[in-house]
Amino acid sequence: MSKKTDSNSYTMIFAIGMVLVVGSLLAFLASSLKPNISENKRIEKQQNILYAMGVNENDASNAIFVSTSVAEQEFQKYIKKQLVIEGDNFSEDEKAYMIDVKKEKSKAKNGGTRKLPLFVGEKDGETFYIAPIRGKGLWDAIWGYVAMDENMIVQGAYFDHKGETPGLGANIKYRFFMDDFKGEHLLDASGNFKGIRVAKGNNDPKNDEKTDYEVDAIAGATITGDGVSAMIKSDLKLYVDYFKTLKQ
Amino acid sequence: MGLLSKKDAKLITDPLTDNNPITIQVLGICSALAITAELKASIVMSVSVLFVLGLGNVVISLMRNIIPSKIRIIVQLIVVATLVIIVDLVLKAFAYELSKTLSVFVGLIITNCIIMGRFEAFALGNGPWKSFLDGVGNSLGYAVILIIVGFFRELLGSGTLLGIQVLGDPIEKTGLYAFGYENNGFMLLSPMALIVVGLIIWVQRSRNQALIEEN
Repeated sequence: MSKKTDSNSYTMIFAIGMVLVVGSLLAFLASSLKPNISENKRIEKQQNILYAMGVNENDASNAIFVSTSVAEQEFQKYIKKQLVIEGDNFSEDEKAYMIDVKKEKSKAKNGGTRKLPLFVGEKDGETFYIAPIRGKGLWDAIWGYVAMDENMIVQGAYFDHKGETPGLGANIKYRFFMDDFKGEHLLDASGNFKGIRVAKGNNDPKNDEKTDYEVDAIAGATITGDGVSAMIKSDLKLYVDYFKTLKQ
Repeated sequence: MGLLSKKDAKLITDPLTDNNPITIQVLGICSALAITAELKASIVMSVSVLFVLGLGNVVISLMRNIIPSKIRIIVQLIVVATLVIIVDLVLKAFAYELSKTLSVFVGLIITNCIIMGRFEAFALGNGPWKSFLDGVGNSLGYAVILIIVGFFRELLGSGTLLGIQVLGDPIEKTGLYAFGYENNGFMLLSPMALIVVGLIIWVQRSRNQALIEEN
């Protein structure tokens, strides 16, 4: 039995044709949708930053952002300053929120100076300092925004992930986890950076202890939780010097 | 069924019971283990698979006479990957929040054995309409198992359903928890999904002895 589709030349031609068709279709689609996609990502960043400082539409149990149509407006209204910290210097830059934390991290790894964005927000007379953090979960990248007061006490946090397991690691973006960070201290009494550990069995499920440098972990999501601890430790530590200058 | 002939209707109903993709064909186990820790994820995954398998089966069926048999598996993989990426891109551009929910599942859908299995076993040898029905039927059969497993894992593991606390508050000790009930955190781990699937298989085979293989 020999069909024409069995011949080598047909197979080669088919394979080449298919690659060309599929490749150009996807390339065309990706490039024509790119402006929409990057705009969506930009607005999402604004929503994330606002969420961390408490500007959101949360109901009793769900995390809900301000709507995309007003995100830009609210961002201008609440975020008073956007700083870029480079070594000992810092400058204002109203595009600081577009700084790619991933790129800056790899720059630092290769010996360069890293640009650290910090957003200063004001709401109801209180000042919030919001810093982006980024790290590794179980499967892929995890990141977030942490809002702090001038003593580095956490006022709010937002976490997100690229591909953590639904129902387990993916739950870091749910309120029951994120809300635990509110009020936690990052510095000990003498001003040394301690971080916040996502801990199993810390005997504090209601999270009443705010100076134990621990929050309750999610069952079945140990590695994602460790990733959250690690990115808080490595990334927020870099801001300690800046917070010291606030005290002077 | 007026719309479908008896034979066509069987294409939909068979996978729901005696030819279930998970419990009988043993396809798609990986995703059944991975994402059934909560009911919502099970439902989202089921709907995504319904869409991709229904459409993918039709595309493969339309191409079945021109696909070179030597590279058919690669062709199938390209078709499903292309479909999933197109959907992902369009959602990212026009329904960003929905795409955030689905993004985790994209990789799982492409590598889901059910999809490749049905392409290979059915769509390559049947017409588009029949293939479409087969795709829908199999994804519904997949959905049934995912939802049953997701239901029990979320209920017993977290005491919630679709994120709503149905057994009371475990920290405030209300509802069932007031009587000393505790969530079984073990249910949230993948091995328990395997055990739940095993129990379903047991129930199904003891109800229908014809399914038991002889050896």
